[in-house]
Amino acid sequence: MLEIRDLRATAGDIEILKGINLTVNRGEVHALMGPNGSGKSTLAQVLAGHPSYQVTSGSVIYEGQDLLDMEPEERAQAGVFLAFQYPVEIPGVSNAYFLRAAYNEIRKSKGLEEIDSMDFIDLLEEKLKVVEWGPEIMSRAVNSGFSGGEKKRNEILQLALLEPKLAILDETDSGLDIDALRIVAAGVNKLRSPDRAFVVVTHYQRLLNYIVPDFVHVLSNGRIAMSGGKDLAHELEAKGYEWVEAASAAAAGAGA
Amino acid sequence: MSSQVETLVNKEYKHGWVTDIESDVAPPGLSEDIVRLISAKKREPAWLLAWRLKAYRGWLKMLEPHSWPNIRYTPVDYQSISYYSAPRTAKPLGSLDDVDPKLLETYKKLGIPLSEQKILAGVAVDAIFDSVSVGTTYKAKLAEQGIIFCSFGEAVQEHPELVRKYLGSVVPASDNFFAALNAAVFSDGSFVYVPKGVRCPLELSTYFRINSASTGQFERTLIVADEGAYVSYLEGCTAPKRDENQLHAAVVELVALEGATIKYSTVQNWYAGDEQGKGGIYNFVTKRGKCAGNRSKISWTQVETGSAITWKYPSVILQGDDTVGEFYSVAVVNGHQQADTGTKMIHMGRNSRSTIVSKGISAGQGQNSYRGLVKVLPKAAGSRNYTQCDSMLIGNRCGAHTFPYIDVQNSTSSTEHEASTSKIGEDQIFYLKQRGLNTENAISMIVNGFCKEVFQELPMEFAVEAQKLLGISLEGSVG
Repeated sequence: MLEIRDLRATAGDIEILKGINLTVNRGEVHALMGPNGSGKSTLAQVLAGHPSYQVTSGSVIYEGQDLLDMEPEERAQAGVFLAFQYPVEIPGVSNAYFLRAAYNEIRKSKGLEEIDSMDFIDLLEEKLKVVEWGPEIMSRAVNSGFSGGEKKRNEILQLALLEPKLAILDETDSGLDIDALRIVAAGVNKLRSPDRAFVVVTHYQRLLNYIVPDFVHVLSNGRIAMSGGKDLAHELEAKGYEWVEAASAAAAGAGA
Repeated sequence: MSSQVETLVNKEYKHGWVTDIESDVAPPGLSEDIVRLISAKKREPAWLLAWRLKAYRGWLKMLEPHSWPNIRYTPVDYQSISYYSAPRTAKPLGSLDDVDPKLLETYKKLGIPLSEQKILAGVAVDAIFDSVSVGTTYKAKLAEQGIIFCSFGEAVQEHPELVRKYLGSVVPASDNFFAALNAAVFSDGSFVYVPKGVRCPLELSTYFRINSASTGQFERTLIVADEGAYVSYLEGCTAPKRDENQLHAAVVELVALEGATIKYSTVQNWYAGDEQGKGGIYNFVTKRGKCAGNRSKISWTQVETGSAITWKYPSVILQGDDTVGEFYSVAVVNGHQQADTGTKMIHMGRNSRSTIVSKGISAGQGQNSYRGLVKVLPKAAGSRNYTQCDSMLIGNRCGAHTFPYIDVQNSTSSTEHEASTSKIGEDQIFYLKQRGLNTENAISMIVNGFCKEVFQELPMEFAVEAQKLLGISLEGSVG
């Protein structure tokens, strides 16, 4: 479903991604780990099309399409969803209104009719259960005055509603207390399906106790330095990122 | 928000067409003779002609304001403007059936519910085409309750005592340059009188349209709510696209007697000029209300998206005790538009209260200024004002300016002023795009959220229109 080949990207003059290769198939959950500044969040943003990053070379093929050639909204309409590390506040716009607008944009792109507000309320009630929320959150302005945990729950609610094919979770665990983490992780687990792939970006192994990945990749200095199964995360937790960096440097040395 | 911001169908100013109608146009130029001609055309009584002439003579001694407003414009050539243009009809209009079908077609294009069958929509309409009122709907139904809703010209004929009593009582003919000009040459407008204790059952509405080239529009609106009365009044404006600037210098006077409430809402969408800043309406308008009686209330809500220049300060004189004045405003400038708009709240009565919520949005190379005066006089003990003044910038070439004046002359009153300036964030737009919205819809949503406190003051139908208008006005502002 997703083929990333030798992807390089810069922010301003600084190269952050230095040749990423990654293949993600339907139904798989990939964890992207790595120290601060290794490029994992940048990769998430580049896949979503954030204008602050320039792709300098490489390719990303998503469902047979050149993802890099698509506008952010086209990517969203094609089923790419990014759960933001820092969800943005939109004052004055109610959460319900925003969610319905987003839902309808996705429907319209598929040639479906827009949903009316009554049907949408019913749909929303179902989706709210995924994140164990009541309807009161709907009348509040989008993320305005939300706690860190509420913002992340709101992201997962949108994930549940928009039903993407590829969900990228950018440090969804950061800033969450243990209860919020459990709710968010449980929400994600309910949304796992054979048709949906996840890329879970996280700094800590903790989240992966709840969302168990099929593959774990470790980024270091803009490249994937190491890949493995779910046990890699545990090994990483025990040995630290320095171990990966040392191992990767040794491998690079041996290669040369 | 209750309604979806719809896909923006219209890429350009959509009211930019001209109706091909024969008009009765006065030759360009302004003189005592023209003032007399207008008055004669309208078969006005001698006192009104005298009032006009006095205004004209006062105007001659006044100067066009250029120093204090934060707007730049070439002085208007008052001798090149025609001061009277009326669609030519054989006889005075008796009912809607007498109106030129082409005119009705025009209003249909504008989407104005002029026909009587729209009564279910609950809107009564007076339509001003160029300078003349062409038809007032639902007059009979309103008359059952003693409500007078008619053209200004008709009011002069039918209710001269009311007109004479209140005309100029809030905005004197000598008030300012443009008010004096209007007093001299105003050709029509709307008149509303709601009698004691009557709650007007319909939203009263006026649509203004400038059609003829080189005509100015100088309408005058007078609304009087007698003791305990309530009225809600809506005003909408459009004009065709023309290369030259056209002048609109209107006056609106509101009088609220004891316990009365007047709610006045405007959606102004005059032609704003092209991308180079050529053409567009000069909108120099004086709007003022007087809470003359105790416990009266006047509320202004305006959404200003059009005009090359907007110069406008809908104000409230809080004369009675326990009176309430409100001003809710959204002003949008894009392209080369300039707006200097705000309000004056003059507290005279005890425990008078005022609220000002101003939302300025600047895009393109637009310049937007809020100018507001809160004045609390010594006798106005226990008065309160709350002012909130927010600016939003879209892009790097526009400007937002705030000029608040606060003058409190007693020790028991309080005023609060909150101001903010924000830039529409790339991150906000990206967030919404990541959820499937295109850039225009994303901006529309962010801006509508920013304006929410004002839109919720508008009657439902108008709020939806205002939202759409805002989206259209800001099209292409981020590229």
